[in-house]
Amino acid sequence: MRQQWTAAGKGRVVGGFAALEADLLRTLVAQVVELIRDDAPAPSSDDPLASLLQMDGPVDPPDDPVLARLLPDAYRDDVESAGEFRRFTERGLRDQKADNGLVVLESLRDAGLPDEIAPEDDLTVEVELMPEEVQAWLRTLTDVRIALATRLGVEDDDEDYWASLPEDEPRSYLHDIYDWLGFVQEALVHTLA
Amino acid sequence: MGGVTAPTPTELEHAETDTVVGEALPWITIVWNDPVNLMSYVTYVFRDYFGYSLKKAEKLMMQVHRDGKAVVSHGGREEMERDVQAMHGYGLWATLEKSDP
Repeated sequence: MRQQWTAAGKGRVVGGFAALEADLLRTLVAQVVELIRDDAPAPSSDDPLASLLQMDGPVDPPDDPVLARLLPDAYRDDVESAGEFRRFTERGLRDQKADNGLVVLESLRDAGLPDEIAPEDDLTVEVELMPEEVQAWLRTLTDVRIALATRLGVEDDDEDYWASLPEDEPRSYLHDIYDWLGFVQEALVHTLA
Repeated sequence: MGGVTAPTPTELEHAETDTVVGEALPWITIVWNDPVNLMSYVTYVFRDYFGYSLKKAEKLMMQVHRDGKAVVSHGGREEMERDVQAMHGYGLWATLEKSDP
């Protein structure tokens, strides 16, 4: 289903989701938040002061390809500078991304999305977002799309390949979800124009 | 860069400005193309974070899309680190480097 968002004045945005869609989004966002948090690396230093000042973050990029893309190196050909940058910033970036995801989960809960959804439920949930929540949604939709695209191996101009997959192929289903999230995000960006 | 054609007066002016700015501000932030980010979202980010006009933001977005990368800001190293960090927060793939002398 094509997602519709409507600007509701003062930077607020309202959007309707079928319960099954909202449930799917909730699952994906929760997975990304969990990935960002659970895989958090051990401190690079035992120094309590360094820890207090958040100077003991990791130096190496994450092994998981999704996390490596969500938390990329800031320097391309300078491992040392990239490591230093990461040591000071990665933890903050992880917190920021996890917090954005939690905002999305909270909006879905506030919209009345039940904990359990039955396939026959034709309930619609209406999500209402304040301006700062719109920001969290845009960024979280990006992160979830990055996660799916990385796992699927999405590349530029590969639409023909995905269209050629049989419909019962799980990767085809996941790619449909990836496309759908793109529509949701695109529509949300357009309410801000 | 294709600098074969004779520059128009406008291009010449830009070239001179860039040189002057480039010397004073030797670091650049580069945003790289990826197959994921929507053109509309990338344009939005450039407007929202850098405060660029729609025209400038779209031009930079097209550059990322077509050329695979675009220089989106220049300044001191710390400033560029802030910009890169912000881009990563938006989910864009960005790096900083010293600009070519």
